[in-house]
Amino acid sequence: MGLNTPEIELLGIAPEIALVIGALAILIVDAIIGDSRDKWHLWMLSTITLGLSIFFAAQAWGTNELHLGDMIAVDGFATFVKITLAVFALLTVWLSRGYLHRDGIEESEFYALLLFAVAGMMLMASAADLIVVFLALETFSLALYVLVGFRRTSLAGQESAMKYFLLGAFSSAFFLLGIALVYGAIGSTQMYGSAAEGASAQGIATTLVSLPAGEFTLLVIATGFLIVGLGFKVAAVPFHMWTPDAYQGAPAPVTGFMAAATKLAGFAALIRLLDAILFPLRDDWRPMVIGIAVLTMAVGSILAIVQEDLKRLLAYSSIAHAGFILTAIVASNDRGVSGSLFYLATYGITVLGAFAVIAVLGGRDERRTKVDDFRGLFYDSPLLAGALTLFLLSLAGVPATVGFVGKLVVFGAAVEAGYSWLVVVGVVASAVAAFFYLRVLVVMYMQERREGAELVVPDSSALGRGAIAIAAVATVALGLYWSPLIDFAERATFFFSVG
Amino acid sequence: MSDFPWLDVAIFMPLAFAVVIGFLPKGNLALLRYAALGATIATFVVSLGVLAYFDAGNSGFQLGSRAEWIPEWGVGYITGVDGISVWLVLLTTFLTPLAVLASWSVTKRVKPFFVFLLALETGMLGVFSSLDMFLFYVFWEVTLVPMYLLIGMWGYSNRIYAAMKFFLFTLAGSLLMLVAILYMYFAVGGDPTFDYQELLGTPLALDVQRLLFLGFFASFAVKVPLVPLHTWLPDAHTEAPTAGSILLAAVLLKMGTYGLLRFAIPLFPDAARELVPLIMTLAIIGIVYGALVAIMQKDLKRLVAYSSIAHLGFVVLGMFVGTIQGMSGGILQMVNHGLSTGALFMLVGALYDRRHTRLIADYGGLAKTVPVLAGVFLFVTMSSIGLPGLNGFIGEFLILLGTFFGYSWWVVPATFGVVLAAIYLLWAYRRVFHGPVTNEANTTLSDMNVREWLMLAPVMAMIVFIGVYPKPFLDRIEPAAEKVVTQLRDSSMIPGQVEEAVGP
Repeated sequence: MGLNTPEIELLGIAPEIALVIGALAILIVDAIIGDSRDKWHLWMLSTITLGLSIFFAAQAWGTNELHLGDMIAVDGFATFVKITLAVFALLTVWLSRGYLHRDGIEESEFYALLLFAVAGMMLMASAADLIVVFLALETFSLALYVLVGFRRTSLAGQESAMKYFLLGAFSSAFFLLGIALVYGAIGSTQMYGSAAEGASAQGIATTLVSLPAGEFTLLVIATGFLIVGLGFKVAAVPFHMWTPDAYQGAPAPVTGFMAAATKLAGFAALIRLLDAILFPLRDDWRPMVIGIAVLTMAVGSILAIVQEDLKRLLAYSSIAHAGFILTAIVASNDRGVSGSLFYLATYGITVLGAFAVIAVLGGRDERRTKVDDFRGLFYDSPLLAGALTLFLLSLAGVPATVGFVGKLVVFGAAVEAGYSWLVVVGVVASAVAAFFYLRVLVVMYMQERREGAELVVPDSSALGRGAIAIAAVATVALGLYWSPLIDFAERATFFFSVG
Repeated sequence: MSDFPWLDVAIFMPLAFAVVIGFLPKGNLALLRYAALGATIATFVVSLGVLAYFDAGNSGFQLGSRAEWIPEWGVGYITGVDGISVWLVLLTTFLTPLAVLASWSVTKRVKPFFVFLLALETGMLGVFSSLDMFLFYVFWEVTLVPMYLLIGMWGYSNRIYAAMKFFLFTLAGSLLMLVAILYMYFAVGGDPTFDYQELLGTPLALDVQRLLFLGFFASFAVKVPLVPLHTWLPDAHTEAPTAGSILLAAVLLKMGTYGLLRFAIPLFPDAARELVPLIMTLAIIGIVYGALVAIMQKDLKRLVAYSSIAHLGFVVLGMFVGTIQGMSGGILQMVNHGLSTGALFMLVGALYDRRHTRLIADYGGLAKTVPVLAGVFLFVTMSSIGLPGLNGFIGEFLILLGTFFGYSWWVVPATFGVVLAAIYLLWAYRRVFHGPVTNEANTTLSDMNVREWLMLAPVMAMIVFIGVYPKPFLDRIEPAAEKVVTQLRDSSMIPGQVEEAVGP
């Protein structure tokens, strides 16, 4: 009897390995070079690392396998998510550079933590074992807790980091409990289980196929706990309490990154879990998700109306968007999966663009983030106002922007699956949501700068401007011609249904 | 030259010019104004090509083009006009240069003003020419943004409230339409498509039709507007700058009635037929209510705004009585209302430029100080009331005639509305122009200038032309109108009945 050693195939997690090595390299190089005057090597190294990571992720395109003892799924779905995450991180790095430099807090830890977070998120997308999901979740969460409080002198930053940490730890406990219950139900934490004949490892998917229906009470309860744990990360109501505070207190680039990438990572795990693994139990989890979706859309849209702070407003808007994506998960059809991927990718770019503009306009130490501070922006800096307008219109879902296409595809998936009434709830929420996006437009276009208020002087680096320009162009270009991206998402979905 | 894409060029020309104007220096007001004027006149000339090559005998769609956009989703770029939309396209291109002329009084932020105005024109033309539901929805929503900014940035004191209300009302309605469009998209069977002509004739059970019809109806009824969804209109019309009011009243409201004709009736004829009594009742309430409220207005612009509610009530009435006279009259009246009310807003704008007030009480006896302006105002008022020989008469007469053939007694309250129109317009006219000059400020006003003649003379010419010789218009309207009437009266989309009803 020999020891059954798992085959080690590191290529499956090459993107993550590249990121971790890159992050360590940044720390070391910074220690060696020390205080060079403008620290250009930090963003440069991050860019190279992320580029490598995209390269490795793209190598896996077309494969559809389980690696590392069936704990890592390398499929189209994971590849799509990984590449998108790396793109988000690239934009974040570029827009952070000017921001950190201006506020005098540019340090190697920021970039290293960002890369660690991305590594965790990527692992989340390809996790095929609940333990790996948990590890990934903790990896990126720990990095984010620090990033949220990165402005060490800011009291609000400290407060939001603490809040985020406490509530995050709380939700992790739920997730762990869910894992324990899954183990109790089927004797394994694997999602798929081994396809090999006579393999000892049972997985959720294989168990569901082999056992008759109606004997999964424990598994259904476990599913509930897992949804709670992941619902926290994607900011679904009623697990959203941390969102407005964390979004407001974190540095604007980090907020943008959280809105885009955390949401994507959380949803990636949720989609794999619900729409692929637990698909046979959909009649049991659908009511839960429907309830959460309705609450999320309603609460996010309604509470955003009364917000005075733009970052807080976008936090509630991100909650509402989580609700829209949940409608596609409820649909749990192919269009729903590819639609959520498309939505997450495009929402991420749009919201990163919006926070990039806030990062530029907020001024040193983010003194100007109130909606009212943007009075008459159109007359002072029309280009930035125009870019922010595009992002807000896209978040509101106005046609000719990519936000509309995203809404169309997730709502379309729900209609196709027979949930037209849920879509009606969704569009009513969008109509309510339009109000607060418009309010920002009112302030920027229709009101004059207050007497004595300081002129908004955008002091962004060329890199930051570039990030905003890329996001703005993508928002319109993908809004008019989205074939390539939706095609990519659909093919990712095609690989995704692993038996 | 008949294969030249007149229509498509006309749609995108204003947008292209808007981009060009975006690069002009912002300090040179004259250059910006004349550039915008030139752009809109050029668009009008191109749109005349659409009219010239329009085949009056053909009841189908013409002069458009068809290209793939997102083939995987069945989204296409499909355009074309029939006897209904060709007039709305021309109305738009005809009135936009006049709206530019009416905007000489805009002196602040002139460049963005004209950029938004031109973008709006592309949106409006797109709405009237799209034959793909997706394309239509894109244009439909895209018109909202420039109009929102026009009202909010250049409007009067309460402009922000009005702009917000305008946007949200319209958006709420159109989102319900979006759900209905999505449902149609999946219901068509086979490859999902947004192609309007392929969606026509999709069999749908009556209860489904009813819900989908209401989805579309929500969007269009807000836009028309039908009472009780009209409350955004008086605010938006009153607070908008003159050019905004002109285009809102003359063109944007027609998007609602056009949508009913083009989409709501042909796609869901059974539901439409069932709901005719309800819609006619709403239309008549609109006619009477709009008129009664107009009588009581103190603000000239608000008065014209409420008169629009009444006039649009007539249009909807004509469209739903199910007779060819009513339908043709309703379609012609869309154009008529655009001309008359557009001109009324130009005149009220001209008065405002002189006195900076819209209150009727601030005027009085103006016929003595500005006799020519008073004469033109009277002329346009008569057209709006429906004096025989002018355009309004033809439309209203056809609508009343059609209503009489279809539902004889319903004509009584509708005719009452005509009388009320005479009351509110003539009474307002008397208070503004007749009597002694009571206000010192009114004694030194200047009469019409060349620019104002340039913007009003073309409208007055069209008012007389349609009033005296409507044949060229009706000839082109009738084939398309007849088709919609047949759809409303006879065709059925209920599964099992579709085969017999839908002809080749």
